[in-house]
Amino acid sequence: MKPLISLSGLTKSFGDVEVLKGIEAEIGEGEFFSLLGPSGCGKTTLLRIIAGFETPTSGALLLGGQNMAGVPANKRPTNMVFQSYAVFPHLSVAQNVGFGLRRSGLSQTEKGKKIEEALGMVGLAGYGGRAAHALSGGQRQRVALARALILEPKVLLLDEPLSALDKKLREQMQSELRRLQRQVGITFILVTHDQEEALIMSDRIAVMFDGQIAQLAAPQELYRRPVSRRVGDFIGVMNFLPADGRLEEGRDIVLDIAGLGRTVVEQDQCPAGFVNGSGAVGVRPESLQILFEGEQARGEVAKGEVAEVIYYGDMTYYEIALPGAPERLTVSMKNRAGRPVLERGVAARLEWDASSLIYFPA
Amino acid sequence: MSAWLAKRGGWLWAYAVAYLVFLYAPIFLLPLFAFNDSTVIAFPLQGFTTEWFKGLTGVPALTGSVKTSLIIAVTSSVLATLLGLCAARAGVRYRFPGKGPILGLIMVPLVLPEIIVGVSLLVVIVSILGAPLSSWTVILGHTLICTPFAVAILNASYQSLDTSLEEAAIDLGETPASTFRLVTLPLIMPGIVASLLISFTISLDEFIIAFFLTGAEPTLPVYIWSQLRFPQKLPIIMALGTILVAASVVLLTLAEIMRRRGLRRAGAKDTGGFL
Amino acid sequence: MISWGVFHWKHAPFESPPKLLPQCRKSPLERAGVSHNLGRTTEHVSGDVGLSAGHGLSDAKKGLLLAAPPGLYAVLLLAVPLGAVLLLSFWSQDFLTLDRTFTLKNYREAFTEPLYMLLLGRSLLIAGAVTIATVVLAFPIAYFVSFYVRPERKSLWIFLITIPFWTSYLIRVFLWKVILGYNGVLNSSLQGLGIIEEPLTFILYNANAVVITLAHAFAPFAILPIFVALEKIDRSLLEASRDLGEGKFRTFTRVTLPLAMPGVVAAILIVFIPTIGDYVTPRLVGGPDGLMIANMIQTQFLKLNNAPLGAALAVIAMLSVSLISLGIVLATMRWMKGGK
Repeated sequence: MKPLISLSGLTKSFGDVEVLKGIEAEIGEGEFFSLLGPSGCGKTTLLRIIAGFETPTSGALLLGGQNMAGVPANKRPTNMVFQSYAVFPHLSVAQNVGFGLRRSGLSQTEKGKKIEEALGMVGLAGYGGRAAHALSGGQRQRVALARALILEPKVLLLDEPLSALDKKLREQMQSELRRLQRQVGITFILVTHDQEEALIMSDRIAVMFDGQIAQLAAPQELYRRPVSRRVGDFIGVMNFLPADGRLEEGRDIVLDIAGLGRTVVEQDQCPAGFVNGSGAVGVRPESLQILFEGEQARGEVAKGEVAEVIYYGDMTYYEIALPGAPERLTVSMKNRAGRPVLERGVAARLEWDASSLIYFPA
Repeated sequence: MSAWLAKRGGWLWAYAVAYLVFLYAPIFLLPLFAFNDSTVIAFPLQGFTTEWFKGLTGVPALTGSVKTSLIIAVTSSVLATLLGLCAARAGVRYRFPGKGPILGLIMVPLVLPEIIVGVSLLVVIVSILGAPLSSWTVILGHTLICTPFAVAILNASYQSLDTSLEEAAIDLGETPASTFRLVTLPLIMPGIVASLLISFTISLDEFIIAFFLTGAEPTLPVYIWSQLRFPQKLPIIMALGTILVAASVVLLTLAEIMRRRGLRRAGAKDTGGFL
Repeated sequence: MISWGVFHWKHAPFESPPKLLPQCRKSPLERAGVSHNLGRTTEHVSGDVGLSAGHGLSDAKKGLLLAAPPGLYAVLLLAVPLGAVLLLSFWSQDFLTLDRTFTLKNYREAFTEPLYMLLLGRSLLIAGAVTIATVVLAFPIAYFVSFYVRPERKSLWIFLITIPFWTSYLIRVFLWKVILGYNGVLNSSLQGLGIIEEPLTFILYNANAVVITLAHAFAPFAILPIFVALEKIDRSLLEASRDLGEGKFRTFTRVTLPLAMPGVVAAILIVFIPTIGDYVTPRLVGGPDGLMIANMIQTQFLKLNNAPLGAALAVIAMLSVSLISLGIVLATMRWMKGGK
């Protein structure tokens, strides 16, 4: 990966509030990069610093090897798709898309051609003459995209671009944005609070909490090997059980898990770095299986009781109470043909596998 | 019938209509007397005439005062709108030390008795600076009392203007100055026009401050005031009043149309009213 | 073929390799004509909403710079002159020469001369009566427009209510004289209808006439704040009250009225304070018993050439008004908090 943007020691304070506390990251050329975190974690501020709308309190931002300190937003090779899209309501679609070409020195015909191409790229060919304020939300977003991409920025910044769209359109735009990014090959930096969206679209994700990057990794790694309970909890669903861990023969980690008993896991199942003592074990709902009548166990089995059943159509979520476990475990099961949906209160056999556990030392 | 009235808020309807009659009574009377063929302003009406309107043209003092008032109103409305633009932008967009007191002071003339404004400016200009009274002193006073109205109107314009629109223009390569020209100005233009029209109307009609601060050339209201003492001049004043009311209504309707257009253009919801 | 490689000035320091961008088709959803409306949500973590090209002035400085022209104007033409009036009230004037030695003479005169105190007392009484009349008359209108007029018609009604306010003030006041006079419109109409035999005389050249005329002049000032307060009331609160068993009237007194109080108090202040300063209405329709303190201030300044005494009267009038306003605010404070 050839780095395009490098952030080192970036901090930002508004008055007494420290919004960013030392951001270190490198973002590669042509990468789809997401800043993911709950509201107030500083992700939008970080994006606005990259765009040039905020000045960092300290630290450096390099873009293409150049220090961006003192370079105003209008002189940066970045363009932004705003959360509200910021489509100019007094201009037509074509005037919006061509807004940034005013100083390009291109002739009217060249501009017109570029605008038509950009509109075609976002699926709005022929919409140039429409008034911007008459567009739907999805169309406005496409205009905002075309308007930013027509300037061929090095980096496209997207500030929660899909949060205002309804579920169906959002899902469709997710794949379209991904496809568009591959097409133009530009670095995209997406700010989102939706972990699913980040997983679907990104090459790499920076999970941010309280002004810091908690973990920066590719989606699969982030999901499979979260470095902290908080990351594991934020990305998808994770069950946590109290556990004690100790190192055996300097290699394997022996865990005593409440409700599941003793097992051995490997070092890389403790991404945070192993420390002797107590901690917690995390396990994803889909890594647990309920054994139905007649099914043979291939892994370890714990016996418990179905405490709650939540039926989703394609899936059923069970909450299983295990003796010795302080909290119920959530288990997700595909609803296959011939597989019954269990009732609340019946006994259940829970199959689990040591290789799907993650250990978080306290 | 009364049950129906009570159910549909009918009594309130009746009250509202009566209240509008009360509000509009003087304005409806004005044209009646302006076209009434009698020097006495009283009922019964005597017949139709346009003589009083013709009489308006032959009075140099009147045309002079109209000219003075127009100059003052145009200048004051431009100054008040410029000051209002600064204050509204500062108020809506920025946080800065002393914001509350500064913006509060700018809005004070809205509730201050006008005579206090007139007297205090008179004291400074005449007793302390020793400067002569002129149209400029009236302009100073009128700008002061028009600015709060300009701020109120332009505040609404700025509030309905999405900040990210300006940021988007900057992001697309424009400078702050060209952003203001290409994005901000077109979007708040209806507010600016409304502010100019309202300030113009206030200044044109203002009497109390003008009476204190007017120089050798009286404004139109000051002229009217001087004529109210002469009964035989009253029909001409009625004709003048009719024209003024008609002009005010036209200007205000324009201002209201501009205000609504501005809201629509910014996609905002109409919350009604100038104040 | 797409001319994507055209060099854009903005990205001059960076190389932008030409890229081929195949046209993409319209999405299935858009083709199907499905459109979605955008509901705006903004989550700005930062408090900074300024137009900043990045690295220029800080927000506080930009705000101050912008606020400076109108702020300085207000200081120079409002704060300084008000201070000057206060200063002047402690000086004295003998014919045309101003004596700049500190003296309480003007205040002594203002408080000992019965005429001044009479005018001040009357002004406060008339202003109080005008305020009560205006607000009481205005409340039902504000209530009507807020609760009974269809939403799309509301701004038309507000427009209709504000129009008379913007039309020539002097002529409007004068016309009230015509309406209320001995042979005026009101008397001749009432006589014509046989309701009264002799013309009513208590409606012109006295305080009543001043109250009627000013209640007319300040109507929009009272209606608008009350209207705004009523508009802010969540209508489900009223339904909740009805749901909890209160009748229409009790819902009004226990929910609507307390919630409208901030608007009512604003209306009271915005009518009461400027009323004190009016000298046109008392002069035209007030008669000798309807003259107010502002007439005396005007006379002192413009006719008797005793500006210091006029300044002292202005200061006394402003102080009285401010004290009473403060009293109103303090008295309603608890109420308003309870309302919120």
